[in-house]
Amino acid sequence: MTVHSQGATTSAPQDAPPKSAGRPPKVPATAPGSSHTSPRGGRRSLPTGWLPYLLVGPAVLSLATLLLYPLIKNVILSFQDINKIEFIQRKYPFAGFGNYTELLGDTTFWTVVVRSFAFTFANVLLIMVFGSLIGVLLNRLGKWMRLVLSMALVMAWAMPIVASVQVFQWLFDEQFGVMNWVMRTAGFSGYEQHNWFESGLSTLTIVTILVVWGSIPFVALNMYAGLTTVGGELYEAARMDGANGWQTFWKIVFPNLKPFFLITTFLEVIWVFKAFTQVYAMKKGGPDRASEILPVFAYVEGQSQAHYGLAAAISVLTILILVIVMSFYFRLILKQEEEQ
Amino acid sequence: MSTTTAPKPAPAAPSPQPAQRLRTRRPVRPAAVAKNAGALLLALVFVFPVYWMFSSALKPADQMLTKDPVFFFAPTMDNFTKATGVENFWTYVSNSVLVTVGAVLLSLLVALAASFAIARMKFKGRKGLVLTVMMAQMAPWEVMVIAMYMIARDSEMLNSLPLLTAIYFVMILPFTIWTLRGFIAAVPVTLEEAAQIDGCTRGQAFRKVIFPLLAPGLMSTSLFGFITAWNEFAMVLILNKDKSAQTLPLWLTEFMSAFGNDWGATMAASSLFAVPVLVIFIFLQRKAVGGMTAGAVKG
Repeated sequence: MTVHSQGATTSAPQDAPPKSAGRPPKVPATAPGSSHTSPRGGRRSLPTGWLPYLLVGPAVLSLATLLLYPLIKNVILSFQDINKIEFIQRKYPFAGFGNYTELLGDTTFWTVVVRSFAFTFANVLLIMVFGSLIGVLLNRLGKWMRLVLSMALVMAWAMPIVASVQVFQWLFDEQFGVMNWVMRTAGFSGYEQHNWFESGLSTLTIVTILVVWGSIPFVALNMYAGLTTVGGELYEAARMDGANGWQTFWKIVFPNLKPFFLITTFLEVIWVFKAFTQVYAMKKGGPDRASEILPVFAYVEGQSQAHYGLAAAISVLTILILVIVMSFYFRLILKQEEEQ
Repeated sequence: MSTTTAPKPAPAAPSPQPAQRLRTRRPVRPAAVAKNAGALLLALVFVFPVYWMFSSALKPADQMLTKDPVFFFAPTMDNFTKATGVENFWTYVSNSVLVTVGAVLLSLLVALAASFAIARMKFKGRKGLVLTVMMAQMAPWEVMVIAMYMIARDSEMLNSLPLLTAIYFVMILPFTIWTLRGFIAAVPVTLEEAAQIDGCTRGQAFRKVIFPLLAPGLMSTSLFGFITAWNEFAMVLILNKDKSAQTLPLWLTEFMSAFGNDWGATMAASSLFAVPVLVIFIFLQRKAVGGMTAGAVKG
């Protein structure tokens, strides 16, 4: 998963103390020695004017052309009628809300929507519950065991998604996969040549195992890092007062780490909801398009079925859902920044 | 923690002092055993797929396709020879390296300028820019593939490595700006000012004072960018159908269908693809934090 995921909240260094950011841009070289107190003279006419814009310009320009423009283009495409013929002729007639009405009246679309939500819910729930538990466990382990477990977690975290998809296909191979052997050894019958990718549901179950396996380390290691910031004396006090593990967690750990839980949950929701690579690389949305979640649905409708306008409409709706989730996420982040 | 580091009292402890310790410790021990056993089991579960990838990659072909998996065998490099012997393999490698390194360098350059302005200068729209960068970090690239495809097709830029590089560059740019902004802000302004008092121009102060202090930050940030670009799958899948313009993730996902049931070679291919990332990541674990300006300003 995302590795670009990785730094997003945690590995980024603590934010700039706001005072240094708001400093006057230019302290004249002739400024007196006690320079940190001189907002005066900061208005050096020339550089203040255009220098920041010059420095920021390339970044803004590239974000505008390769991020903003595609987003706008996506919306435009969703209002156009683009199927095979229009695609070849490169003439895209205006379709009004045609694509949207077609989608919203289509039961397949709603099946995919429900599937996407269920998939996201199941994954995030598993990731958060097991991630937190493993984080708590890490905090209670001795030095050596903790090192062993965190190294294992780091390995799972670092695995590139496309590589781990290949490995999981091999683990769950119908004929020679280890998982069938494990099931047989554990005494279950019917695993001589069990096809783990038989239906859409079973395929998504394997994808879920893959996603949860790959995402738990992020939650667990961050949870552990968060726990170390909760003072040890708090636990000690709780234990003295006779609190058991469960009570300690809900009364001490959870309130202290609530921002962490909320932010991580929203992050995971966003990541899982747009988990294109895991699902597509596993079975291309199959068997029989039954494991497609929204991003995969959009891709297949566009690329394989040549319904580009419709695919764009699916993307727009998917992005809208993501934007709603993200608005919660950003509000949390901004609130946290203000508090710091 | 105390339970594991404390010396284990012998069962028949003679002196009264350890006896008392024994009384308080004893109830903890079964729990400690369970805890450590559980941790070990979890570690095995998490590491197993990675282990199985390498192990299968090194396994001789005749011990690969067996009903009961073979755990001990004489390792062979045959699978790796097979995986790298695929037509176009080196094209994929060079494409991946070119695109990734290009995107990372470009984003470092652009982000360095932008984040310096954001962290150290006051200008109109600064706040808006910070917000934009923050949101752009979450851009749903996987969902934008159709639009990107139409744009690329209509401007005759399908199968173009420069376009792919540009997209990856913009993908990692927001994160790079965000991180570098933090690193730059962490360098005390006084350092920069001191250099200016000593006669440096602003540019020189940046090059000679801030830049060296930023080195660790630049390093970890670019490595994160590298991993993102190296792993990217959705964009290259839709944009570059031409084999000569594809990258390693595509080679890997299409390996099985191209090779029939050759799991050994597929696992070798996966290992080859994963090793750089695993190495970088383990390295990052230790280097990403710290190495900042500790000790640069004393007193």
